[in-house]
Amino acid sequence: MFGYILRRLAVAIPTLLLLIIFSFLLMHAAPGGPFTGERSLPPQVLANLEAKYGLDDPLLVQLWNYLKSVVLHFDFGPSFVYPDLTVNKLIADGFPITMTYGFLAFALAAVVGIALGSAAAIRHNTWLDYLAVGTAIGAQVLPNFVMAPILVLIFTLWFKWLPGGGWSFSDPSFWVMPVVALGTSYMASVARITRSSMLEVLSSNHIRTARAKGMPESRVILRHALKPALLPVISYLGPVFVSMITGSVVIDIYFSTGGIGRAFVDSALNRDYAVMMGVTILVGALTILFNLIVDILYAWIDPKIRY
Amino acid sequence: MTKFLATTALALALAMPVHAAQVAEGDTLADNQELNFWILDAIKSMDPHKNTDKSGSYVLSQVFEGLMNEDAKGAMVPGAAESYEVSEDGLTYTFKLRDAKWSNGDPVTANDFVYGWQRAVNPATASEYAWFMELMNIVNATAVVKGEMAPDQLGVKALDDKTFEVKLSAPTPYFIKTLSHTTTFPVNQKVVEEFGDNWTQPGNLVGNGAYKLDSHDLGVNLVVSKNDQYWDAANTIITKVDFITVNDQNVALTRYLAGELDWYNRLPAGQYPRLKQEYPDQASTSPQACSYAYIFNLSDKGPEALKDIRVREALALAVDRDIIVDKILQGGQTPAYYWTHWAIEGFEAPEIAMASMTQPERLEKAKALLAEAGYGPDNPLKLTIQYNTSDDHKKLAVAVQQFWKGLGVDATLNNVEWKVHTDRLQNQDFEVARYAWCGDYNEASTFLDWFRTDGYNSGKWSNAEFDKLLADAKTSDNPAELYKQAEQILAAELPYVPVYHYANAQIVNSDLRGVPYENVMDNWYAKDMYRVAQ
Amino acid sequence: MVIEQAKMQSLASRMVEHEVKGRSPWADARKRFVRNKAAMAGLVILILVALFALFGAHFAAWSNEELDYNVMGQVRELGMPSIASGHYFGTDDLGRDVYARTVQGTGISLMVGIVGAAIAVIVGTLYGATAGYVGGRTDQIMMRTVDILMSIPYMFVLILLLVIFGRSIGMLFLGIGLISWLDMSRIVRGQTLTLKNREYIEAARATGVPSWKIVLRHIVPNLLGVVAVYATLLVPLMILTESFISFLGLGVQEPLTSWGALISEGAGTMNYGTLWQLAFPLFFFCITLFGFFFVGDGLRDALDPKDR
Repeated sequence: MFGYILRRLAVAIPTLLLLIIFSFLLMHAAPGGPFTGERSLPPQVLANLEAKYGLDDPLLVQLWNYLKSVVLHFDFGPSFVYPDLTVNKLIADGFPITMTYGFLAFALAAVVGIALGSAAAIRHNTWLDYLAVGTAIGAQVLPNFVMAPILVLIFTLWFKWLPGGGWSFSDPSFWVMPVVALGTSYMASVARITRSSMLEVLSSNHIRTARAKGMPESRVILRHALKPALLPVISYLGPVFVSMITGSVVIDIYFSTGGIGRAFVDSALNRDYAVMMGVTILVGALTILFNLIVDILYAWIDPKIRY
Repeated sequence: MTKFLATTALALALAMPVHAAQVAEGDTLADNQELNFWILDAIKSMDPHKNTDKSGSYVLSQVFEGLMNEDAKGAMVPGAAESYEVSEDGLTYTFKLRDAKWSNGDPVTANDFVYGWQRAVNPATASEYAWFMELMNIVNATAVVKGEMAPDQLGVKALDDKTFEVKLSAPTPYFIKTLSHTTTFPVNQKVVEEFGDNWTQPGNLVGNGAYKLDSHDLGVNLVVSKNDQYWDAANTIITKVDFITVNDQNVALTRYLAGELDWYNRLPAGQYPRLKQEYPDQASTSPQACSYAYIFNLSDKGPEALKDIRVREALALAVDRDIIVDKILQGGQTPAYYWTHWAIEGFEAPEIAMASMTQPERLEKAKALLAEAGYGPDNPLKLTIQYNTSDDHKKLAVAVQQFWKGLGVDATLNNVEWKVHTDRLQNQDFEVARYAWCGDYNEASTFLDWFRTDGYNSGKWSNAEFDKLLADAKTSDNPAELYKQAEQILAAELPYVPVYHYANAQIVNSDLRGVPYENVMDNWYAKDMYRVAQ
Repeated sequence: MVIEQAKMQSLASRMVEHEVKGRSPWADARKRFVRNKAAMAGLVILILVALFALFGAHFAAWSNEELDYNVMGQVRELGMPSIASGHYFGTDDLGRDVYARTVQGTGISLMVGIVGAAIAVIVGTLYGATAGYVGGRTDQIMMRTVDILMSIPYMFVLILLLVIFGRSIGMLFLGIGLISWLDMSRIVRGQTLTLKNREYIEAARATGVPSWKIVLRHIVPNLLGVVAVYATLLVPLMILTESFISFLGLGVQEPLTSWGALISEGAGTMNYGTLWQLAFPLFFFCITLFGFFFVGDGLRDALDPKDR
């Protein structure tokens, strides 16, 4: 197991490197540059700007310099579009925000989804089951860019319960709508998966045996059914976190949360090379990390799998 | 003559009352004097010399103060300068600064302006707006920007602590009007040098404006509060301004209606009439100095068809501006038949033949012109309309495509993002492109210069007579007449389709006073405002 | 929305198992599928939606690009759904007929979904089958590449691609197709490894049948069940991806439209009294996604019954 983790981590480094090179070249191939604007800059001003940010070097030299500063100094460079900020600071400001609502949304999806799905399976074919399945199906297909403005309408304009946007680490009322808008559709998927796999496990032989032995139902479920029923949920949850970071773009746009999702899209559109690279590397590293965590969890729950 | 002008200007400057929040008779101030203002995007920079957008200007105009400010109608009023004098040849301006302090208590001196202006052109600063100093015709600005001269060769000087002198390379009638632009703001040398690139962070930043920077959460909000060191702090009523970023304009409107914003100044297209009906005391519209157009590519790379004036005229005629203005935008915009915004100070609108025709007449003429040029059902004209990603641009492009379809023109839409759009405009890689230009200062040349042979002029139209008229206008006693003639040339040659003149449809909390509804430059100062108790 | 890999694995092993028993899994599966009410309902919905996309335009009173100047500017009062005006689903802000636009969007969204899924499935199957069949070093390299590609934040790359190569429908197909083949290739490789040591394949090899022919003739057909289920479940994912891309303004461009574009337009104006602009496209979007989920799940359950 330990060797496996090491091997996986060893692959991570060339992966990240490739990702950096690939996105770097792709970004620079895009038409327009960070300083292309409505008013074409006089050549001398443009030259000054490019000299300042080292954009006048040959592309490969730029790439080499970039890699050096990232690897040796963990310095992702200055932002071209936000001249007051470095990429490190931009990520340091935005990432905790994305992580906070992202983790809460993840927790919502996992905890509520599993609870709902299990409840539906245990009370199979009752009103609870139908309600859970119905909600899950509905929530699963409603895009979050439809959900977000609906939430704002209801909770900000009509009821005036929650602030319509913005962010504060100290005031959870700012967190509610981002978390709900981001987490609901995943929660629905988790509920659906849990339900079907729980149904399957509950009808399996070893559960029948446990019941036959006269074990109380709650114990049967918690001790014997839950763990195997969660296997598919876990393999589902791995990619979810990364896809939530992508979905955070919508959250940042609608709720002005100031996370990195918006920063990424902006940077790609503004040709803010450094920010775009920084966020891509960060998300790439997270993807690798989460894939690994899922594999480890999987091995822990299902000892049949050996690496 | 120059002398006469100069002395009147001076007399005017001296006679002008200090501009501050003046509470009208009968108004009772509200207890809450905080203002929540909407901005579309994150503030990119708090450095006045690196700012490039309107949201940034809104904020910086509160935190810094240039030599001049604008009043509620957009006229120039003294800011950091108390008065100024112009030499007889119009080449030397001498500003007398008032006694004022930076937010850290340092006195504001002429040297701060010298440092600030040199910094703006210094290649090391790499300011995207360095060209603004060139536009102002300051001596040696171009050479300094190019790096051919040291920044201290720029034509600015501190005669003493309170006297600032600017030397121009040519008489520049609009010079005074450029002085409320953020690029001309002073910065505190000590602070900039002490903190380096971090000087604009909250806590470090020192300004000379009526407000000081409290906090800045990128993409969330930016808060400024009253600066007690400001020279007119006694008359400043608004205590705090919260600039709130809301990227989605529809959500912004929802949040305004929920009371989270006090002032939202870019209503989504088509919403103004309904809001005006429901909130007559809050919704309003006011002209803004920008013009919207479709530019024809007349360079060698452009399509052959567009080089035919008849084709261009037909296309311009077929665009139904009344539908665009009254049925799509619905926010107080006006149909455009010429380039300069109608509300620009001193601009006299030219008589354009097209403007007085009815749309069926225009359409008829357009069809005739197009047939004359050899295009018809057997030989349809094919064009690509390029526009940048935005709901409003999309709506207009779809409509224009349909208008042209009525002529038998087969237009394809090409939506590209902003960076690609501008890149292609600058390299003449387009056929017809959507474009809008916003004036840098309140005078017609800021619009007309665009079409000069050496102007931005993406379509590469060139006309010697037009160039000459504009050059003459710089030193003329009656530039308005020359501008009118220049517009006539544009109207005859039609290197573009003028579409509409901008207006700001906005919604403002009914207890807020002092909002400059009549300032076409769309600049405002929170120090001139206050909220009344209701 | 992510496809459950665990279930796909189980299905894949099941399909190989059948191979051993020498009995087609399809005959039983059809019976089970027909008995599954949800799946049959899904199928009916999908057929109706497809008919709507194909023939809906014949019933439209307006074309999808005409501007109704009478309605324009007063959409809230005059643009509501009405049989009399011919705007069965109302009009959008420009006075264009939402019915005709929904027909058009349905066609394009379905096409994006199906073509995207097809690209993903074809590339994934061929890649996985090749890696598994050739084996050795090549397999190692090919699967390491998949590992590496798996950790690329694909949505980010897709945004970059659309920005760089412009927003053509072709790029969109390719972009969303190419990001989903990775899981497919893993499953296919696993099955190929199991299949390739079967006697009949060794026999084919011994008689000198070229490798590519063996892969196409003997290995791929055995994977059809997995492919069918995977493709059905991928289509809704592709449609969801397209809607997200359209929300960012990078998707299908005017004068074409898609559900994503219509919904994001409608979502913006939902508080302005023109709810039909959101409701109709959203309705078709939702029922189609249901349809695909039901059919996909039904197909999987039919091919891989848990009561075996």
